[in-house]
Amino acid sequence: MNETLLKISGLKADADGKEILHGIDLEIGPGEVHVLMGPNGAGKSTLGNALMGHPSYEITGGRILFGGKDITDESVEMRARDGLFLSFQSPVEIPGVTVADLIRTAAEALTGKRIFLADFRKRLYEKMDFLRMEREWAQREVNVGFSGGERKKAEILQLLMLEPSLAILDETDSGLDVDAVRTVSAGVEAFCSDGKKSLLIITHSARILEELKVDKTHVLVDGKIVDEGDAGLAASIIQDGFTRYEKA
Amino acid sequence: MKQKTFVDDINRELYDFRYEEKDYFRVRSGLDRAVVEEISSEKNDPQWMHDFRLRSLEIYNRMPVQNWGPSIDGLDMDNIVTYVRPNTGMSAKWSDVPDEIKETFEKLGIPKAERQSLAGVGAQYDSELVYHNVRKEVEEQGVIYTDLESALHGPYQEMIRDHFMKLVPPTDHKFAALHGAVWSGGSFVYVPAGVKVEIPLQSYFRLNAKGAGQFEHTLIIVDEGADLHFIEGCSAPKYNVANLHAGCVELYVRKNAKLRYSTIENWSKNMYNLNTKRALVAEGGSMEWVSGSFGSHVSCLYPMTILEGEEASMNFTGITFAGEGQDLDTGVKVVHNAPHTTSSIGTRSISKSGGVSTFRSSVQITARAKKARASVSCQSLMLDEISRSDTIPSMDIRTGDADIGHEARIGRISDEAVYYLRSRGLSEEDARAMIVTGFCESVSRELPLEYAVEMNNLIRLEMKGSIG
Repeated sequence: MNETLLKISGLKADADGKEILHGIDLEIGPGEVHVLMGPNGAGKSTLGNALMGHPSYEITGGRILFGGKDITDESVEMRARDGLFLSFQSPVEIPGVTVADLIRTAAEALTGKRIFLADFRKRLYEKMDFLRMEREWAQREVNVGFSGGERKKAEILQLLMLEPSLAILDETDSGLDVDAVRTVSAGVEAFCSDGKKSLLIITHSARILEELKVDKTHVLVDGKIVDEGDAGLAASIIQDGFTRYEKA
Repeated sequence: MKQKTFVDDINRELYDFRYEEKDYFRVRSGLDRAVVEEISSEKNDPQWMHDFRLRSLEIYNRMPVQNWGPSIDGLDMDNIVTYVRPNTGMSAKWSDVPDEIKETFEKLGIPKAERQSLAGVGAQYDSELVYHNVRKEVEEQGVIYTDLESALHGPYQEMIRDHFMKLVPPTDHKFAALHGAVWSGGSFVYVPAGVKVEIPLQSYFRLNAKGAGQFEHTLIIVDEGADLHFIEGCSAPKYNVANLHAGCVELYVRKNAKLRYSTIENWSKNMYNLNTKRALVAEGGSMEWVSGSFGSHVSCLYPMTILEGEEASMNFTGITFAGEGQDLDTGVKVVHNAPHTTSSIGTRSISKSGGVSTFRSSVQITARAKKARASVSCQSLMLDEISRSDTIPSMDIRTGDADIGHEARIGRISDEAVYYLRSRGLSEEDARAMIVTGFCESVSRELPLEYAVEMNNLIRLEMKGSIG
């Protein structure tokens, strides 16, 4: 790829006055699948949230370019409207708001257009069938009483419905049983099947990567990218862990 | 998927428009025997009602103002006009209603609602009903829905006399006494035994006059095995002087009968809303309250249900939204006075911009009420640091085998939830409005659709500019 979709340069981010990211450089092109790995506490989720614009993280240095536009100071919702999506590790409950309500309201906010109910419902049901979700799911309250697997499926349903240009998946596959991982993986694969959508996958496991063509792996330790490689790097880390990056 | 999420924002002007009072009849402001005599004679009261008014006035004069709850010091009865009659009689034909009044109700959507989904409508403008209409098929079932004044002179006068202010006597509190002295307008509904009224009846109360009081009386009797849904809506334009609403609602639910009473109240924020509502439920009867309180400067509103017969039940679903300058003191009272009676109270309250929202619940279970069951659940949401929310429960249980539950939660909008919705493209304001709308969903789903739409509009309106 000769153009860049996401270009992070020298990104530093603080939480509660403590620097967590110490200058990150990372580039993702259209249609590329990147994997971000790292031990617990390395700053992987912080990077995801800093990219999405979480108000609790303060960007203290560097820049984020998305589609050629500097979004470093942009609001969360503007980044979403630019085409950025974050699948949350632990998505919150929104009592009284149904999954269908959330997705339709989001789709309208993202496109600035009204979406007809019949069209919306048809598409929603297609995606739900694909993810093997019961249709009454659409009328459940967002994440209320959902199991871990159900929460992740609901995130992937949003991903498929909202069609961002870059999705960050924050441990979308962790804590799931085999069937759920398979469903989630199929959803992620479907998302990038047109070869234009990009992914940044934060993960510890190989299963979600099995059906995907990984273009690049980044290793984050203590808030810094310490290694980069191809799909083989991800595979070897999954096998051997991060001991090779431990300080002597 | 609910349609209500996608309605457009309304403009506050929808409620704030007002008309000149042309050729209206007003009594002078303040309250004394002469004023009450004048109202009584204007209304052509039967003798007993005339006497009842004067007795109520005496009670009013000697009763102290309540020494608890929000301050009502801003209310000076000397400045309140207790009776304002628009320059028209009551009409059963919409085309006969004077233009400006017609326009008022058309802006509020009343005739449209009637055409679409109501069995009958009464519309009160200031102190008198100006329009009243019941569908023919409902009338043919023997359902009586009329203004109370006509009922006082018609074939049901004895029934009125037997029930009027018997549940809420003038001695109940000072503003009940005031109501007894100056009441005007309101509705009388009688549903004969076994009759199920399929679609709701509705009354809409509009207080247009400046510095005036509205004292409508609603008396509903649902006879054995009958079934009714009654809706009331209230609104008023804003003035810079105090207005007063001291209505009274008395509901009689006979054996195995069912009554649902829904209210959406959006009085303007200069209103003192000191309203009294009470229901008496006989054996096997069921009383359901749905209540949305959005408006008024000060509200004191504690609908009470007396479960008098075995297996009588009560369900209350309510929401209160207190914004800037509002002190909304609401609650629910229930008395279990028979075995196997059940009650369930579920409320939501929201306070923002310094608004005060207080919820009082009172559950009384007498020694007679063996195996009674009662549950109270109230949740409050405070939208900022300067608002206030209080929950004051009271329980008096005189039997050993009652099953009682109580749950109260006070919370704030979670920053993580706002972030989550913003990451899906919603603006911060829309994210917060969506969370609040969701918080209210358990109430809005109980409302008829057009009221659910109105309530969600009100929430969105209240949430505008609430970020800070």
